[in-house]
This record gives sequence, structure tokens and C-alpha cells, in this order.
Amino acid sequence: MPPAVPPGSEPASRRGVPASRPAMEKMSRSGAALGGAALSGRTMFCHLDAPANAISVCRDAAQVVVAGRNIFKIYGIEEEQFVEKLNLRVGRKPSLNFSCADVVWHQMDENLLATAATNGVVVTWNLGKPSRNKQDQLFTEHKRTVNKVCFHPTEVYMLLSGSQDGYMKCFDLRKKDSVSTFSGQSESVRDVQFSIRDYFTFAATFENGNVQLWDIRRPDRYERMFTAHNGPVFCCDWHPEDRGWLATGGRDKMVKVWDMNTTRAKEIYCVQTIASVARVKWRPECKHHIATCSMMVDHNIYVWDVRRPFIPSAMFEEHKDVTTGIVWRHLHDPYFLLSGSKDSTLYQHIFKDASQPIDRANPEGLCYSLYGDLAFAAKESLISSDSNRKPYIGDRRHPIFFKRKLDPTEQFEYISSSSALSVFETDVESGSMDWFVHTAKQYALAGRPLAELCDHNAKVAKGLDRNQVAQTWTMLRIIYSSLGTVSSANLNHSMGKGSAALPLMNSFNLKDIPSGLGSESRLDRSKGESRTENILLDSSSTLINNEDNEETEGSDVPADYLLGDVEADEDDLYMMDHENPHAEEQEYSLPQEAFPLRHEIVDNPSALDHLQDKADSPHVSGNEAETVSLTPVESFSLISISHSLYENRLPSDFFNPIVRDTLLFYAEQGDVQTAVSVLIVLGDRIRKEIDEQTQEHWYTSYIDLLQRFQLWNISNEVIKLSTCRAINCLNQASTTLHINCSNCKRPMSNRGWICDRCRQCASMCAVCHHVVKGLFVWCQGCSHGGHLQHIMKWLETSSHCPAGCGHLCEYT
Amino acid sequence: MKRGSAAAMAGGGAGGGAAAAAGQYRVCGNCRKVPRQEKRVQVSPPLTRGPSAFIPENEVMQANGLDERTNLLVEEYSTSGRLDNITQVMSIHTQYLESFLRSQFYMLRMDGPLPLPYRHYIAIMAAARHQCSYLINMHVDEFLKTGGIAEWLNGLEYIPQRLKNLNEINKLLAHRPWLITKEHIQKLVKTGENNWSLPELVHAVVLLAHYHALASFVFGSGINPERDPDTSNGVRLIAVNNFCVCDLANDNNIENASLTSSNFGIADSLSELEALMERMKRLQEDKEDEEASQEEMDTRFEKEKKESLLVISGAFDDEIVSTDVSRYIEDPGFGYKDFARRGEDHLPTFRAQDYTWENHGFSLVNRLYSDIGHLLDEKFRMVYNLTYNTMATHEDVDTTTLRRALFNYVHCMYGIRYDDYDYGEVNQLLERSLKVYIKTVTCYPERTTKRMYDSYWRQFKHSEKVHVNLLLMEARMQAELLYALRAITRHLT
Repeated sequence: MPPAVPPGSEPASRRGVPASRPAMEKMSRSGAALGGAALSGRTMFCHLDAPANAISVCRDAAQVVVAGRNIFKIYGIEEEQFVEKLNLRVGRKPSLNFSCADVVWHQMDENLLATAATNGVVVTWNLGKPSRNKQDQLFTEHKRTVNKVCFHPTEVYMLLSGSQDGYMKCFDLRKKDSVSTFSGQSESVRDVQFSIRDYFTFAATFENGNVQLWDIRRPDRYERMFTAHNGPVFCCDWHPEDRGWLATGGRDKMVKVWDMNTTRAKEIYCVQTIASVARVKWRPECKHHIATCSMMVDHNIYVWDVRRPFIPSAMFEEHKDVTTGIVWRHLHDPYFLLSGSKDSTLYQHIFKDASQPIDRANPEGLCYSLYGDLAFAAKESLISSDSNRKPYIGDRRHPIFFKRKLDPTEQFEYISSSSALSVFETDVESGSMDWFVHTAKQYALAGRPLAELCDHNAKVAKGLDRNQVAQTWTMLRIIYSSLGTVSSANLNHSMGKGSAALPLMNSFNLKDIPSGLGSESRLDRSKGESRTENILLDSSSTLINNEDNEETEGSDVPADYLLGDVEADEDDLYMMDHENPHAEEQEYSLPQEAFPLRHEIVDNPSALDHLQDKADSPHVSGNEAETVSLTPVESFSLISISHSLYENRLPSDFFNPIVRDTLLFYAEQGDVQTAVSVLIVLGDRIRKEIDEQTQEHWYTSYIDLLQRFQLWNISNEVIKLSTCRAINCLNQASTTLHINCSNCKRPMSNRGWICDRCRQCASMCAVCHHVVKGLFVWCQGCSHGGHLQHIMKWLETSSHCPAGCGHLCEYT
Repeated sequence: MKRGSAAAMAGGGAGGGAAAAAGQYRVCGNCRKVPRQEKRVQVSPPLTRGPSAFIPENEVMQANGLDERTNLLVEEYSTSGRLDNITQVMSIHTQYLESFLRSQFYMLRMDGPLPLPYRHYIAIMAAARHQCSYLINMHVDEFLKTGGIAEWLNGLEYIPQRLKNLNEINKLLAHRPWLITKEHIQKLVKTGENNWSLPELVHAVVLLAHYHALASFVFGSGINPERDPDTSNGVRLIAVNNFCVCDLANDNNIENASLTSSNFGIADSLSELEALMERMKRLQEDKEDEEASQEEMDTRFEKEKKESLLVISGAFDDEIVSTDVSRYIEDPGFGYKDFARRGEDHLPTFRAQDYTWENHGFSLVNRLYSDIGHLLDEKFRMVYNLTYNTMATHEDVDTTTLRRALFNYVHCMYGIRYDDYDYGEVNQLLERSLKVYIKTVTCYPERTTKRMYDSYWRQFKHSEKVHVNLLLMEARMQAELLYALRAITRHLT
């Protein structure tokens, strides 16, 4: 059926303008279509007195009406400015009937306007009235706010309204009451729009996400209904040319284009925006373009090409608050857009002034693969112009060429969007990342005294032939724990002299520390020995060790107990939270180590508080205390040693800037691994020196790398040890594991062990036949399983599945 | 049937709460102070058995939609390991309970910007504003279980500055949400070291609003303390506020006089009920005949607003807040001040159409704290549309106008006005004793008494009164959220 041409439209043949035609010519052409009065103007705005809720243009494109709670005015659109023509809000104390939620100007009769008032009244206005008050008719049939009014595109007297009360009403302006009432049978109506081409059809959108199509002659029942959005559908717009297309915008931030020609409404395009969509308006003369504005947060107006939903083709950024109304100035001119906003301005946007995000978008993409290959995608023109390098075409792994076909009928040309991808391979040797994996696996980051950690890591680095890194670790140890075994190794020869305190200390260290190493009780012991009593006797220290053991056990047990008992995902959260405060608390104890040793003893009461820390945290201070406290055994006066030490040493803070620079250097070099590892090992000593954001950046990079190499455990450890809040949170997000019921195979929504649908306990232990709450282990072959302990025990003695299904389960 | 329920209620009043209370405080003639102070020394057993002091236990446990309800309760029990009294009372309205629990579970336990102990502590802070020891006790427990630092429970001086900063907004939200401005938000968001990120703030605001509203429900439904309060990990439990009979002294005198004798109230209330239904019918049928002018509408809103402040005022100045509660609050004297009585600084009415939950609130809250918007949306929708089409003993009644009147009346007291609502309806539908109750429950729930609960709608079932409480609670929560979110929006633009 050939579309009926509405009055004032140009002949249909005009529409197929070739894409290459320059814009100016197009403009003059559309100007000609307007009957000689070419649209011209510039981007301009005027201040309104109050926020606007909606705007609408007169058919002649020379006037615009702005309506809002406290404003109702008509402005003339002139070459350089807006001129206020008429204030329709008259009377000393204007009634709520003037408080407009929507306004529409009749496209056939330029004297006729209709508004939807927030109090539920539909008002028509006749500009031809001689009196100051142009109010014409008042329809007070709706019980709630009227959200939308719409004139019939070709019928002068027909007005449609949609209200919050769930009804749509059709008014004949010659009569006093509504002609027919349509009940949506659901929630509030958000928008109503007459079809432009189908005389009898209109679309209505609802707060519950539905769209209904009605025949104006049949008020009893809608013709069809479909669910378009998740949440309210705020707006819809029929395509001016293509009869079957309806665009809808919803609170779910989507703009969807529906093809209504088929029996089932089919979604043909979908644009995802960044905020809920308040208005959509097809751009005249451009089949695929649509303008949108949002209801909250985002103040810009976007013009999208629906075929290219990822980036808006044009953007108007003038408004300072949300845009509430957009309208194309003329039915057949795609270059002028008018908009009203909550910021109390009325704008005319000119298309050539629009910002085009595509220009700002980075058309090049660059990515390293796991194996060190570098892929580089760019616009074709860029690559071919570079004749020196041969583009790597025909990659063996992936198709690399992507080109968009340009639609020859498309009027508005894009920047060519074809692009090419090049892949640069690195040779296997140099690109090998083995060292990274090895380092990651072998580094020790916590759980031992600083000196040992440094030592260990230095050894690891050395083993991988990374001498500089190894050197760095060694230096760190010297700086931050110069009493450690470093000097002992180097200064062994001076031991016997006994002239200085330092060598003697070292001699002690040689004896003692290695013995402590490896034995499991070592941690507790060093903890215990930071107490003053330990100066005296070894035996007393063992006593205290016992106490300590109990203490640590005591703090561990509840955590384990909970892990086994309550739902697992909650527990993970719980565990993390439990640990964090400890980690922070424990940090307070660390600086002690940087103090002069004498103070260590004085500080002990406070150190005692920290003894209850988690056992796996580095107890650096303990180690130090040990050396001091046991010194008297070597027949040296404690005081004299401390003094001489104090005087001989520089505070380790002194080196902080240097260490910081070192870390920055490594990170700059791309070796974020070293930077992060040092950061973790040094903990509070260096943390304050580097700003949070940089640290966070390092952490995320390192974690990303670790995960690419599938080193999940290590990445988790790093997350756990990090002191950045943002990083720590990573472990707390998405801790939910979705499972299906083993009986009905449907997802279990609420609980892990009881299925809502089939009302059975889904996860039974195959061994003890009780419900498993908590850790559930199951065989991936036969999907039987049960309590972790039970299965472990079972499979020690038997190789078959405990459920008796005959499967040979494996447990590794 | 009618008679039965009325008698049960009267019996409950005499035999249960009132008798026990009267036994405890014999000198209730003029002073509240004496019994109040004594009260903390005494052990205070729950007034009645069962989850609520207002509602007989068998009412709560009665079987309507038993199957569905049992399932829901079993489910709740298996998640949280307990079945608190709130859940039990709410389970009268199973549909609602489901969305309530879902949103509460989400904001307390699921992924979110705030750490778990923080969430419970915020709940404590919110509940403390209304001295709701029931909620405080519950969350003190939870707070410790989720690894909160026990020291914080000593009071506000012991918590980090960041949490302390939340006090101001907590106070305003609870009592005078219309005073919240974008400056308050800025103060929280831009304070350097202790700043709140917007998602965190939104999470906190949702929690605060939720618990303020829940406190309303707890007092409004007379929720009893949990039976086994020994599980609080050694932290001393707060003595539960008993309801003193003298609290009623501030009620409207005439009502009091008529209410004291429950016998002749029955016939009276029967005709009351009929009249109410008559009025509802009239309102639903003929809208046009009394076309009110604009001025008329304005004055009706103003009148409703003004009248709400006459309902109860003053006489509560010297309230004694137990130290157990007061350590969680700052500026305890700050309370609800009538929106209408605003004095010299002219506060504009909040126009509901300019910032609605559906359009604006939802988008903002969901953007900053994903998915909570959907849950809250569902809950609001649920409570707004919940109906069994019954009124007391009548069936097939369209209660839309009544529900809307309740909802809008609450918003009216918070200065939120709907352009499309005729506030004359409120006056026609809500009797004075109901207004007293609404005002008390939403604005200062801690003063609710069983007397107030009993004195309105004497023909109605308890389940219907719980329904009213749900409406009040959600309306209040939405009002608080709207003010807070509007301030955040203004901060953003």
C-alpha cells in the first residue's frame, strides 16, 4: 500500500538522495521543499524562567511552544535568536491546569495546542481566541496525571491522551467528553502515538514494559501486545517513512526498533544507551537515524544510527541538566533540532555543530596476546599508506579482515569504517614468559620475616638469571633489616673480634635463625619471644609458645567452623572481612622494627596486643626482638649494644625515596611483578610513599597478568595481601555460584541444598545420605558427590562411586 | 464473626498488654517518668506471648494460604537460621513478605559497595534514631557475627570518622528528610580521606531508609522482643521499651473517652465501617460532580498538612532515652518537626511529579547500586497494589482509594504533594484516630501504644491493620528515599 502523503510533505521521489551529495545542497533542497522559506539559523539558546517539561513545534517550523510546571510560552524561532511571542500562563495565581507534563502542537491547525496537566486534566488551547486566556476546552476525565497527549496526524479534531491511571482516552474536540476510553488493563500509560500512516492505529507504552497496539474504532480490546522492555517504556515513535517501524525507549537504557509488519513484533535494532531513555524521535529524511535524550544523569542528546548501536553518530552537549523535550524543527529537515531542558534553557541545535564521538573515538586497537604476539587494528587507509611495512594478511588463527559495506542509498556518509588487523609475532625465545610464571610461583610474599622473604626472592630471581632484580631484593633486605643475615655472610671474619656489637649479633643470628627456619613452631616462637620475659630463659619461652599456640588455634577455629557450617558464599565474604581489619591492625606493629632496638623492649606492652594476629602474617618484628632479647646470653650488655647500633644506623626511612624510585622504575619497565611483590613484602614501610592510585594500578595490572597465565591461586594471594581497599574488594565481588537442581535440572534460586520447584534436597551426600551444606565435592563424570571429608575417605578405600552407579570416580 | 474478632481484640487488650502493664506501673495517673526509670531496672518480659504485643498469637498463625506461606517461612528459616517476629507478623501477607525479604537480604548480605559489618552498623544507627531496641539487638548480633569490631558497639565515639559522618544524614532522614540538600551530600562525598563514594552512599541511604521505616513497622505492629535474647555474644541487651499506659494521655481526649469502654464501641464502629464504605463508593463513582477549583485543591492540601500537626504535638519533650540506645545517636533531641510548621524559612512543597520514584529515583539508585532498584521497585509496587478486595467482613470491595489515601497521607506529612490527588479524600476516608495512629507510626513510632493501634478501625481484622502498617512503612521509606535521591541528583548536576 503506498503511504498516504501528509499535507506539506515533499514528493516521495525526493527522498532517495544519493549519499554523496554535499550537505549544503541537501539543505537548499529541503528548503525548497518548505516552499521557498529555507530553514536557516545557528546554534542558539534562550533562558526560560523555569524548567521545561516538553516542547513542540508549529507546522511552519517558525514557532515552538515550551511547557513545564511553571512555564507555558510560545517562542518565535528567528535567524539569530528566540523571541518570546506569547505567554499562555495567565492569571494571578495560575491553576494546576497550567502545570504541564506534555504539550503538543497540532500539525494541521496552527492555532491548536493541547497540554497534559499534572493534575490529570487535558486542556486544549486556541491561539485564535481574542482574549488573553487562550484556554479552550478542559477534559477532566483522567483520575491521575496525564503523561502524554497526541493529535491525530491527519484528523483535525481527534486527540488522544494516556494517563497514569492506566487509561487512554480519545477526544473529539467538537464534543465535551471523550469519545472512547481504552483500558490498558495494566499499569500506567507512559506514551501514546498515532501511527503516521495507519489511520486507525495507535501505539501505547506502559509502565510495566508492555507496548499495545490499538485500533481507534475498537475500544474494548487491544489488537496486539508485546513486552518491549524490562521496566517502564517511557516513549515511542513511529517511523515517519517506514510504516511498520516503531521505536521504543525504556528505563532499562535501551532503544529498540520493532518491525510491526510481521505477525509477531520483531526487534530489528537495539541501541544500548548509558541512561534511561526519556524521548525518542526519528530524524526526518534519514531512515536509520534516531534522536534520544535521557531522563536522569545524562544531559546530552544523541543521534544514533540504529545500525551502528555502539557509538552515537552525533551528540549535542549543550544542556546542563537533563533534557526533557526534543523535537525536529521541521518534518522534512534533518539539520535542526530543538530541545528543552530542566536547566531552564531552550536550544536550537544545528547538525553541523554537533560533536561526533566517532571523531574522538580511537580507531586503533592494540593488544598483546599471551604469547607475546602483538595485534594491531587500524583504519585501512592508515595501514596501506604505510608502505614500508607489509600488513600481515592471512593470519593462520583468525580471520583478520573486516569491512563494512556502505549502503549506497544512505545519504549521510560515515567516515569509512573498514579496518585492517595486523599481527606481529614475537619470536619464541625472547617472548617467553616462563620467567614470569616461575617467579610468580616461587616468590614468597608473606608469612616469614622480611629478611627471609627478601633472601628467598633474591634467590628466586637469581635462579632465573635476573640479577638486577636479585640485587634489588638483597638491597631491600640490607635497608630494612640490616641486622639480618646479610652482614653475617659478608662480615663473618670480624666475628671473633667482639669489638663491635654488630658482628656479635650476627654470630648469634647464624646460630639461631637457621635453626628456627623450617620448623613449624617458628612463627609462634618468634612471636612469643618478643615479650620481655624471654630475655631470661629458653624454657620459659617454650612455655609461652604453648600459650601462643592455643591462642592462634582459638582464633582459627571459629572461622573454620563457620566455613563448614553456613552457606559457602556468605562465608567467603565473612572470611575476607574477618581478615582485613587484622591485616590493618597488624601493620601498626610493623614500624616498630624501624625503631631503635631499645625501644622494642619498651614498646612491648603494645606489641602484646598484636600477638593475637593471624598466624600467617609476617612477623618481622618478632625476629628482631629475638636477636635483641637473646643478646645478653652472649655476655654483652644490652644497653651498650643498643646504643651503638642506634648510632651506627641510618633510619630505614632514609631510603624510602630511593626504594620508591626503584619500584617506579620497575613498573615503568613493565616489570610490575617486581614492583607489586616488593610492595607487598615491605608493606607499611613503603606504602605511604606511593600514592594509592599508582598502587592500585600496579595491583590490577599484576593481577590481570597472573590471571592471563591462569595463576589463579597466586592472583588470589596477591589480592588478599594487598592493602588497597579497591583491590581487596575484588575477592568479595561475585562470590555466588549458581547451581542447578540435580533432580529437575532447573536453577536453584535461593538455597544451595533445597530446590524450590521439586521440593527435594538436591545435594545429598552419597556416603552419609545427609544434606550437604557447605563444601560439596562431586565427580564430574557421574555427578555424584557429598561431603568433602566423606568422599575423601571413601575414595581412599574404594575406586568406585559411593552412590553405586559403577562409575570409577577419581579424586585428585 | 464480627463480634468474635472485636471481643478477641478487647480481650487481648485487657488480658494481655494492658493488664501486665497496669500491674507494673500502678501510678500511671500523671507521670511517665517514674515507671520509665524503674523500667530499666526491672526485667521486662514480653507483654504477650507470640510475635506481636498487639496481635493475638493465633491471629498471626492463622491459616490463610498455609502452604505457600509455610514454604516461604521454611525457606527464610533455612537461610537466616531464624524466624524473627517481624517475619512472622509480615507472613500474614505472604506475597509482600517475599519481596520484602528479598530486598532486605540483598541489601544486607549480597554483593554491595559496603562491607558487611558496616551494613549492620548502619542498621543499628538507623534503628537507634527511633530507639528501636528490637532492631538494635538484632543487628548487634549480626554485626558481631559478620566480624564487626566489638569496640564500635560502645558508641559513636568509637567508630571511624567515616561512619560518624553519616550521623547528620541519618538524623535528617529519620525525622526531617526535607531538609536534606546537596550540600549534605557534598559534605559526605568530598571530604578527602573519609569520603564516601556515591555507590557506598546510596547503599547507606537505602539501608537507613529501610531501617527507619522498619522501625515504624516494629512499633506500629507491637513486635515483641525475640524469645531467646541470650545469643548476643555477651553484649548487654537493651531493655525493651515497654508501653506505658500513660502514653495515651496525649491522645485526643474525646476519642479517649469514647474508646475506654469497648462495649458500646462495637455498634458505633459498625456504623463507622458502613459509613466509610459508603464514602469510598461515592468517591469512586462520581468524580465530576464536585469539581473543586484550584484554590480549593491547594487549600485542601494545606489543610491536610496543617491538620497533621494538630494531631499530636508537644508533651513528649522530656523523653528519656536509655543510654544503651543513646550511644548510637547524636543529637537525640532532634525529632520530627511538622513540615507544615516550618516557621520563617519557606520550604517548597516537594512536587511528586517532578521527581518520581519510577522515573528518577529508580534510575539513580539502580545506577549506583545495581539491582536494588528492581527489588525496591517490586516491593513498592507490591505494597501499593496489594489487596484482597475485602474490608473487615465485607468482600469484593475496591480498596484502591483507601490505600491511596493512606499512602498519600504519609507523603503529605513529609511535604510531598501529588498534583493529581484530591486531598479532600484523605479527610473523608481517614478518621481521626487513624490519623493519630498514622502520624505516630510514621513520624515518631517509638510513641505508638497498643491503645492507638486498637482505637482505629475497630471492625477490621488484624491482618488488615498489618496491611496498613506495611503501607505506612513503604510510603515512609519511599518518601525518605525520594528526598535523599533528589539531593544526590542535584549534587550530580
